[in-house]
Amino acid sequence: MSSAAHTSPKTSQDLLLSLAGITKKFGPLIANDAIDLTVHRGEIVALLGENGAGKTTLMNILFGHYIADEGTVSVANQNGELELLEPGAPQAALDAGIGMVHQHFTLAENLTGLDNIILGTEPIFRLRRDRTKARAKLNDLMARSGLSVDLDQPVHKLTVGEKQRVEILKALYRDARLLVLDEPTAVLTPQEAESMFATLRKLAASGLSVIIIAHKLAEVLAVSHRIAVLRGGKKVGEMTTSDADHRSIAELMVGHEVPVSRRTARAPGNPVISLIDVTIDRGDSRRSLHGVNITAHEGEILGIAGVSGNGQAALAQLIAGLDKPDFGTVEIFGKKITKFDAHQFAQNGIARIPEDRHHDGMVGSMTVAENIAIEDVRSPEYQKLGFLDFDAIRKRAEHAITDYDVRCPGPDAPARLLSGGNIQKLILARVLEKSPKLILANQPSRGLDVGAQSEVHRRLLEARQAGAAVILISEDLDELLTISDQIAVIHAGHITSSMATETIDRSELGLMMAGQKKHAHADTTKNAGETA
Amino acid sequence: MEIIDILLAASFWEAAIRIATPLIFGVLGALVCERAGVLNLGIEGIFTAGAMAGWMAVWLGAGLWGGLLVAALAGGFFGLIHAILTVPLGLSQHVSGIGVTLLATSLSYFTYRTALPDVSSPPRITPFQPLDIPVLSDLPFIGQALFSQTAMTILAFVLVFVTGWVLYRTPLGLAIRAVGDNPSAVEAQGLSVYALRIGAVVVGSAMMALGGAFLTMSAFDAFFFGMINGRGWVCIALTVFASWRPGKALIGALLFGAFDAFQVRLQTEVGAFLPSQVFLMMPYILSIIALIVVARKADYPKALLVPWFKGQR
Repeated sequence: MSSAAHTSPKTSQDLLLSLAGITKKFGPLIANDAIDLTVHRGEIVALLGENGAGKTTLMNILFGHYIADEGTVSVANQNGELELLEPGAPQAALDAGIGMVHQHFTLAENLTGLDNIILGTEPIFRLRRDRTKARAKLNDLMARSGLSVDLDQPVHKLTVGEKQRVEILKALYRDARLLVLDEPTAVLTPQEAESMFATLRKLAASGLSVIIIAHKLAEVLAVSHRIAVLRGGKKVGEMTTSDADHRSIAELMVGHEVPVSRRTARAPGNPVISLIDVTIDRGDSRRSLHGVNITAHEGEILGIAGVSGNGQAALAQLIAGLDKPDFGTVEIFGKKITKFDAHQFAQNGIARIPEDRHHDGMVGSMTVAENIAIEDVRSPEYQKLGFLDFDAIRKRAEHAITDYDVRCPGPDAPARLLSGGNIQKLILARVLEKSPKLILANQPSRGLDVGAQSEVHRRLLEARQAGAAVILISEDLDELLTISDQIAVIHAGHITSSMATETIDRSELGLMMAGQKKHAHADTTKNAGETA
Repeated sequence: MEIIDILLAASFWEAAIRIATPLIFGVLGALVCERAGVLNLGIEGIFTAGAMAGWMAVWLGAGLWGGLLVAALAGGFFGLIHAILTVPLGLSQHVSGIGVTLLATSLSYFTYRTALPDVSSPPRITPFQPLDIPVLSDLPFIGQALFSQTAMTILAFVLVFVTGWVLYRTPLGLAIRAVGDNPSAVEAQGLSVYALRIGAVVVGSAMMALGGAFLTMSAFDAFFFGMINGRGWVCIALTVFASWRPGKALIGALLFGAFDAFQVRLQTEVGAFLPSQVFLMMPYILSIIALIVVARKADYPKALLVPWFKGQR
């Protein structure tokens, strides 16, 4: 299977798509600079690049969401001859057999999966809808592709993985010949991702062409036939996957050698925060904690490993002061906390990197500068005579932009224009400049590209070196094993006692995260509740 | 018990349904707009425009059904203004809606005054007459309550069914429900967000205008200043009460009509020792209470009030 997956079926009459000299500018920003790309029948092409490299812009042009300033898109017709595609017309792209699965799903959540799929496929002015035929076709598609989902559930009740399957079915239902997936794994658990890739291989073997936009190298190497790399809006490299190696692609994407983050030895200091027998019962296992005992020390990164949805949200809320325990105590610098108040916690030097950086990390309609200052508007640094001192705020933002390499048009640009990686750098700048005592980093590098990820790790290690405690909530084993000093596993609201990273076996950690294996050192802990 | 007597009288329900009729048109219109993601606060003015245009057309010699068509067109025209301002231009739906209300109201009064500069009491037309349907109108109770209303009331009930059918049974309705929840989903499927939203607002506004026309062409026989008297705003609240569903919209409008008919009757029964204003407040207070109970879990169309622009991320 895997050897077949790496041989690219490439003859000229198999050509399905040709992008030629695509250029697109947004104001002064050149998002795409004369990009050429071809895709053949049954081929899986990976489009790699850092955030902001122009991958999504290119695909939006292909799909008619944007109109290119220069260049053409051609798609093979039924006879295999290339024909120009009308620019700026999603309907033309759909008719040509191009289906796109956006990173942010384009599903109406109030409708069922079936309705979302049928939407727009029938003539609009008809007295009745024909769902029987659609259902038959979809059942057949689901059986052949292995993409199964309950089509009669409203979409808001589906899991992220199921929503993605609805999106793919939507394209297949329209007889797509080319499927474009924008960052398909960013929102999936590793198991879901693996099953999706298996489906893609199956579909490609039956003649479907696929473009995957991605930044996770390992996944792309496993599934694609060919790799094209974008950087700064230009195509900087293209190779068959069998010739590619991890390191060289990473360097091609980033444009320079990727620094490898390494911990340096450092003795931990005093405890910063301790949770003692903390229980939060919200009825829902995803938002509850049961008898949790953890302590984070100065100069130490404590990794909390777990598949998302196992109580991490409750833990993050608690440490940020947004929730209080039903039972048990929380101590900060050895002092028992009685008042749980986010502002108070922030005053104590607790800073957070929120899980959903778009939603909880910033205000999209406000400027970059305002977002930098937003958590500290009460500080005298940003005030003059009781009014906000915008000169000071802007100056501060300019420093942050240079120091943290935030790529944006300037301090006055609305924050929503920034890519995910740059938003995260912005949040890092806001959090770290205050020299916090404790950093709560919740999935800090999820969805980020190699460059931004290594930057996040470097910054967290720097803060650790400076004596901060870091609680790193993550489901990325590589990340946890690289930068954590101690790792504890969270599963169904229970957290094991922490183990030194050096003593941990990778596969054992994976099993513990899946809840299949109890903590090997559990007998050494004083809390019987964990092993029960 | 006097109260029981009031509630059991067919004449009470006849009044309740008559009061509810303009609201049914209005709520359905507001619901169609909002299902597509556009709040239409032009409703109060569109009611006025519909009342004025329909009545004037008939006074100028058009037939009653011709008058209704004119009213619907007038509503559609003001709806189009609101749609252009809020959909492709993406302006604030609140500001545009209130602007349309002011514009439509003033233009209606202006037209009326210009056409009839000297009259002290407005000229009358022959309005829709109560129906006399064989068998149905003779049924006990329901014959008087429902089937002796005018043709416009029957039209309102039919429109509830038609709106429900279109929204839930046709591809067009599917697209309207989708565009009010996530416009990007509609665009990704190759449909035009702008066309759907503009179309829904124009048609919804035409329905609102029929509610206004009912007042001058069925309930009364002339046009007065201030005769809409907040009915449009009531419809906006009833839309939330109805959770954007046509069937519940009918129930909400009937409930309001019943409160109103009830307070009039209660006034004559016990009006001696309570000021009449207390009774006039009653339907509104009861509506607010009903709204509080229902609207707390209201499931708003997610894209309501959110402008959408092609090609913007």
